Amino acid sequence: MLKTVILIGGPQKGTRFRPLSFEVPKPLFPVAGVPMLQHHIEACAKVPNMKEILLIGFYQPNEELTRFLSYAQQEFKIPVRYLQEYAALGTGGGIYHFRDQILSGGPEAFFIMNADVCSEFPLPEMLDFQKEHGDTHSFVMLGTTANRKQSMNYGCIVENQQTNEVLHYVEKPSTFVSDIINCGIYLFTPEIFQHIGAVFQKNQQDMLLEEQTNGWQRAEVIRLEQDIFTALAGQGKLYVYKTDRFWSQIKSAGSAIYASRLYLNQYHKTHPERLATNRDGGPKISGNVYIHPTANIDPTAVLGPNVSIGTGVTIGAGVRVRESIILHGATLQDHSCVLNSIVGWDSTIGRWARVEGTPSDPNPNDPYAKIDSETLFRDGKLTPSITILGCNVNIPSEVIILNSIVLPHKDLNRSFKNQIIL
Amino acid sequence: MKALILVGGYGTRLRPLTLSVPKPLVEFCNKPILLHQVEALVKAGVNHVILAVSYMSELLEREMRAQEERLGIRISLSHEKEPLGTAGPLALARELLTDNAEPFFVLNSDVICEFPFEDMLRFHKHHGKEGTIVVTKVEEPSKYGVVVYEAESGRIHRFVEKPQVFVSNKINAGMYIFSPSMLNRIQLRPTSIEKEIFPVMAQEGHLYAMELQGFWMDIGQPKDFLTGMCMYLQSLRQQGPEKLRTGPGFLGNVLVDPTAQIGENCTIGPNVTLGAGVVLEDGVRIKRCTVLKGARVRSHSWLESCIIGWSSSVGQWVRMENVTVLGEDVIVNDELYLNGANVLPHKSITDSVPEPRIIM
Repeated sequence: MLKTVILIGGPQKGTRFRPLSFEVPKPLFPVAGVPMLQHHIEACAKVPNMKEILLIGFYQPNEELTRFLSYAQQEFKIPVRYLQEYAALGTGGGIYHFRDQILSGGPEAFFIMNADVCSEFPLPEMLDFQKEHGDTHSFVMLGTTANRKQSMNYGCIVENQQTNEVLHYVEKPSTFVSDIINCGIYLFTPEIFQHIGAVFQKNQQDMLLEEQTNGWQRAEVIRLEQDIFTALAGQGKLYVYKTDRFWSQIKSAGSAIYASRLYLNQYHKTHPERLATNRDGGPKISGNVYIHPTANIDPTAVLGPNVSIGTGVTIGAGVRVRESIILHGATLQDHSCVLNSIVGWDSTIGRWARVEGTPSDPNPNDPYAKIDSETLFRDGKLTPSITILGCNVNIPSEVIILNSIVLPHKDLNRSFKNQIIL
Repeated sequence: MKALILVGGYGTRLRPLTLSVPKPLVEFCNKPILLHQVEALVKAGVNHVILAVSYMSELLEREMRAQEERLGIRISLSHEKEPLGTAGPLALARELLTDNAEPFFVLNSDVICEFPFEDMLRFHKHHGKEGTIVVTKVEEPSKYGVVVYEAESGRIHRFVEKPQVFVSNKINAGMYIFSPSMLNRIQLRPTSIEKEIFPVMAQEGHLYAMELQGFWMDIGQPKDFLTGMCMYLQSLRQQGPEKLRTGPGFLGNVLVDPTAQIGENCTIGPNVTLGAGVVLEDGVRIKRCTVLKGARVRSHSWLESCIIGWSSSVGQWVRMENVTVLGEDVIVNDELYLNGANVLPHKSITDSVPEPRIIM
């Protein structure tokens, strides 16, 4: 049997996803109309012999998460459980802490995946690859090719080109090491816990020697990337399966729009029923658009490409939406125009208002380019990025909100450009 | 009676509009700038208008021939080979101006107001001296040259350039009436009437000021062109409200040519002028704009403080604001944002202009 563990992090993480992560745990943020995590779970549920999915993180149990868990179990007919860490234990520490739960039932292998990635999830391919590389207990990480410059923002993998063994691993190097990067999706056998256990033991001994000088540090905090992969590289244990299918991180809110585009495009194969089509009495659809059935959309509106419309959204006459995510309960009044933006829950955009951001898409002419999840500021200036309206923001008629981030529950009374509005 | 209008050169301040059409022929509130003045002059009894131009334009000549016919007056073009300033052109046109003893009008061509030509003539004849200049009140006199004069009689004492302490809030409005003898003061060379001629006339007690009632604006550049339009439409509201369009979808003062077409669910105004053959498609929001002949604004666009050049086309869901000026035959693609863009003729705009700049 097989299992999957999805690392969902916790409320102190994902700050680059603010202000949207104030309202909903980031892993539940809708991407292409469904919670980010649902794409992972759906891919796992399709793998034969997958028996259980465990979410590990340090969110307090909350209603949103509970509701999602019960929905996912019903929808995908597979047990999905949440295991809460007592503190942030790192990507290795979390799974080590819950190793008994993961190993119960005796899985011969299990996937580990980060929640904040968007991927085609080539899981069957990774399983086949595992059988053909190394011994029966070998570990597999999913890798993909990046360009030289961007590779340094990721974990970099040097492989033996004949055997695909990982010879060297380094997290976010300051100089170029390799253009193969870690996708944050792994296939482990139970033997991995011996390696994590060894690091745990060593941490404990180190702490005894250091006589509690670093009182805050815990032996349990273990990072898979720096603490485990770096040590496993070159030991004949760790292999890289390279994919050329789509993959992206979802760090910043801007990357959620890009990830939506990738998943919407995948729906042509996996969920054509989720893609809106042009029909009598409906809005004009251009490209890939997801519309929740409860949304109320005027037939004179024009939507797409890459638009996701959430539950209960109201869209008035002559509204234009392109490259955007409209979250549930939002209202877009007549003639308004929303481009490269995320409109928060229950927000309202007035007549003829324009809400516009600047896309941060990867260079379309470079097949290996990834999205840059940059910091908000560069040279003391807000970097032009997508416009984000937090929950319950009111934009009056006829104004423009350009390249701005509006925190929740604000009533704006004029135009804003290149600002964060507290 | 005669009038000389100082048209001058290429009208560079009103580019990109004046790259296609000579400034006197650019429509202000659906009528060429020059005709606002000429028609008012004709009404006051002028039957010969002399345009002092420093460049020749066939288009202008042809149009003036047509207007001679229409108005039943004579229109001459007096062409200066080298720039003669604001006084030199009077010397150049001396023969045309002095074939009788009647006083004549002189105007700067960029001025728009309720032209007080009959009052000027009456005032001028009453004081009997060589010259009368019209003055208008301004809020910030320190930005201009002001005129200091006797309130009772109008006799001008002196002119003060950009006064640092308050001496007067009246400035030269660019409209004069002179007796022919005044021409003896001007020689055929580049001369400033304001700096070289008027101070002397004032000193000799030959220059009087008449205060203008109502609005006044120099519309020589796009920003002031739009401000002047607002003032003119407001004055039309009082003088001839039947010329303004009202009804559902119209706010404030809106002037629409009868051949313009307007779609459904538009909101137009306040302060909008739509020229002949202009098309506004459905759901357009437009305020404080002039749309010139033959231009089209496609559905759901939002425009404020713009001048849309002849035969230009503005796409759907476009937002334009902050004195964006499109020259003739400019195409703005769908969904763009233009903030203070100055677009030269025959350009196709495919990218937004988030900060003011010139698009060559």
